[in-house]
Amino acid sequence: MAVCIAVIAKENYPLYIQSITTENELKFHYTVHTSLDVVDEKISAMGKALVDQRELYLGLLYPTEDYKVYGYVTNSKVKFVMVADSSNTALRDNEIHSMFQKLHNSYIDVMCNPFYNPGDCIHSRAFDNMVTSMMMQVC
Amino acid sequence: PAGGAMEGLTLSEAEQRYYCDLFAYCDTESTKKVAPNGRVLELFRAAQLPSEVVLQIMELCGATRLGYFGRSQFYIALKLVAVAQSGLPLRVESLNTVKDLPLPRFVGPKNEQELRHTALYSSDADNSTPYSGVIPPPPGRVQVKKGSVSHDAGQQRTSTDQQESTSPVVSPQQSPPTSPHTWRKHNRHPSGGNNERPLAGPGPFWAPFSEAQPGSSTTGDPIWSGHSPPPHQENWVSFADTPPTSTLLAMHPASVQDQTTVRTVASATTANEIRRQSSSYDDPWKITDEQRQYYVNQFKTIQPDLNGFIPGSAAKEFFTKSKLPILELSHIWELSDFDKDGALTLDEFCAAFHLVVARKNGYDLPEKLPESLMPKLIDLEDTTVVPVISEVGDQSGEVGYSSSPAEAPPSKSPSMPSLNQTWPELNQSSEQWETFSERSSSSQTLTQFDSNIAPADPDTAIVHPVPIRMTPSKIHMQEMELKRTGSDLANPTSPLLVKPPDLSEENNMSSSKFVAGNTVADGYSSSDSYTSDPEQIGSTITRQRSHSGTSPDNTAPPPPPPRPHPSHSRSSSLDMNRSFTVTPGQQQAGVVAYPPAVPPRPPPSQGAGPHVHRPVDAESLIAHTSTSPQQIPEQPNFADFSQFEAFAASSVNEEEEDEIETHSEVLQVEKSSDSAGSLRVTKTDARVEDKAAASVPVNAGKGTTPLAPPPKPIRRRLKSEDELRPDVEEHTQKTGVIAAVLASQPSIPRSVGKDKKAIQASIRRNKETNTVLARLNSELQQQLKDVLEERISLEVQLEQLRPFSHL
Repeated sequence: MAVCIAVIAKENYPLYIQSITTENELKFHYTVHTSLDVVDEKISAMGKALVDQRELYLGLLYPTEDYKVYGYVTNSKVKFVMVADSSNTALRDNEIHSMFQKLHNSYIDVMCNPFYNPGDCIHSRAFDNMVTSMMMQVC
Repeated sequence: PAGGAMEGLTLSEAEQRYYCDLFAYCDTESTKKVAPNGRVLELFRAAQLPSEVVLQIMELCGATRLGYFGRSQFYIALKLVAVAQSGLPLRVESLNTVKDLPLPRFVGPKNEQELRHTALYSSDADNSTPYSGVIPPPPGRVQVKKGSVSHDAGQQRTSTDQQESTSPVVSPQQSPPTSPHTWRKHNRHPSGGNNERPLAGPGPFWAPFSEAQPGSSTTGDPIWSGHSPPPHQENWVSFADTPPTSTLLAMHPASVQDQTTVRTVASATTANEIRRQSSSYDDPWKITDEQRQYYVNQFKTIQPDLNGFIPGSAAKEFFTKSKLPILELSHIWELSDFDKDGALTLDEFCAAFHLVVARKNGYDLPEKLPESLMPKLIDLEDTTVVPVISEVGDQSGEVGYSSSPAEAPPSKSPSMPSLNQTWPELNQSSEQWETFSERSSSSQTLTQFDSNIAPADPDTAIVHPVPIRMTPSKIHMQEMELKRTGSDLANPTSPLLVKPPDLSEENNMSSSKFVAGNTVADGYSSSDSYTSDPEQIGSTITRQRSHSGTSPDNTAPPPPPPRPHPSHSRSSSLDMNRSFTVTPGQQQAGVVAYPPAVPPRPPPSQGAGPHVHRPVDAESLIAHTSTSPQQIPEQPNFADFSQFEAFAASSVNEEEEDEIETHSEVLQVEKSSDSAGSLRVTKTDARVEDKAAASVPVNAGKGTTPLAPPPKPIRRRLKSEDELRPDVEEHTQKTGVIAAVLASQPSIPRSVGKDKKAIQASIRRNKETNTVLARLNSELQQQLKDVLEERISLEVQLEQLRPFSHL
């Protein structure tokens, strides 16, 4: 259901970003970039809590008239940002949460690959397929 | 017609010879008259024609009518194959009318042989094909030792071929990709033959050798006796070739010997060379026996224990030697690390090796792991195909299969069935998980159940069971244990799937607070595992692992009342109020599970703010709401709850009020607060709490977000029972209607004295309340749906009205 999914590394550079529409792609990139601020803000807000609570779904970062941005952060400060179309009103939090779980799992699989150096861009086909499947659900 | 067609069939000389050879190849029974259908069908399959076309051909040539392929039928069929391959419509007339029809091309295991054979043919044929030039080079390609052998053999073969008096086939064998006219000959084909395999990509392909497999070399017609394995073996290592014709069958044993020796020598060669020699066919990527043996040997060099694992780093080094690009190696790893544990078992290693070999030979990597390379199936194949290797296969097979006997039988067929078989078992285990998730907070339950249900789709679920089945084997389990203990979170392994239930069991047994937390956490994590896609089985394991690994840690620090999440309002309030040992653990997990559900709730809670005297309590209520359901099934909870027998059903009312307030999104906030106030008098029974809690999951199960923080004032009121109250009350989220209902109920004054009666009465009342609340909840759900629909329609209208201006 997402129109754009991005994986941001700890240093806030994108490891993986994919949009569903070819036009407006730049717009989504920009949106993701701006959402990083919100993510950081939420992280710092939660920062007082023990790290054990970190691997969490951040929820709706900020909604705009056209879409909503959701965030998810892992323990290693890798952020997943998902831009979902607002027209999909039925998108429930649970679903977003589960989508992030899937993303996280795929990401872990990518990490498990010894040929993947953390910090590289993610080229895994399996990851791509998973992301595409999540995004294709919209259309 | 068949006979008639025969007369009418005009074949060019090349065609004549080609067909003759093919017929001889198919003529396994050496009848010189009839070719058995099986072999012919194989041949036709190798022609890479759609099955309908094949059927049509068979019909046209009359074989269908006759039931067998006589020589004439065979020739006709071959011609039709050529016609079909040229893209021309299949007509009997076309048999004779089409001129200059290229020879039918048969792709398949036989290719190399045919290739070679055709090369031979062409070499001494008029149409000078590059093959003549090709023959010499291959020997150079072959490993030094073998090269000479093959070269000699090749020459030897050439002469023998010529003796056969078959003219070289007109075959566009120039380019590797073009399917060469393959001669279905016996395995022995000239090693020197060029490697242009029809299948091979660009890469020079080691002239596949037909070498009799160790196990099958006994029979004179070893190759075709089996099915795919033989072909693969041909390509496995370049070996000395043998005369391709059937008449040279007798030589097989001898050549086998040579090949065996050569092969052993080959295995001694560098990994790269040998890699190049092996290949995988378009036929399912089967691993031949020799290949497997080789892989096993290589595995041993890295990891002496065949049942052990190769760590990712070692595997990385090993496969990097193959000089494949990292990206491809990465993809291969993703495909072959079936259980996603960052290490390769023997099967995974063989699959990875096989893929590397294939890739080096120019085959494209599949998007998904071919069935034959899947760990389970590989074992099965070995066991079924070659008894000799069965032991090797069985070893790993047993390891992998010890816990999944059901998979053994059907695995031969596509992975789906076998995986499906494991699915029921998985379902069972998933039952365990689901029960856990039930225990988790309602929101959690909802979330995870939905996710759990999602993968129920057989297609997606198919892959799911595999890793679970694999790892539970004793050996792997032990390994996993070791690995797990070694690196807790870093090394997620499938045993986790098995482990968590155990953990949970233990947890349930103990009445420590951690139990609850762990259980919840495990339940959470286990259910999480099911949320992942089937392909990400490993990731689920990973998740479980991380969860299991972390949850104990989380709950490890005994439920210090001051929960370490100051940011979590809920938790903090809970800590303050909670006297339950269980609570902290639960709460932790509950909180973990909670966040998703919470966000939508803020407004109501804030709305309730004014009503609430003590925000903290409200939060605790929320947390409680999530945790209390978890508590319900747990013994300790009940034990704890029993303490609150004194609390009469009055508290039920309060909690109901709370529920009402929190549950209603916006509608009833004001009402509930009022009614809640009126009902504050009574206190709920611990059991009532549980029931209410039980009802909450039900309600939540309907898809609504978890309970919002109940009105604070309500919390405050029950100050005396604060600790208990939150649990009970948070479950109650009812609308004003319920509130009214509750109001009608006589508030039971606290009567510690009449425990039993009061409790029972309160129980009864609570039950009634629960049913009412449940009904109310469903109504609310309906209302919610309606509201959502309205909202959607409004948004649609808005969308239409709004000009297309997108940011």
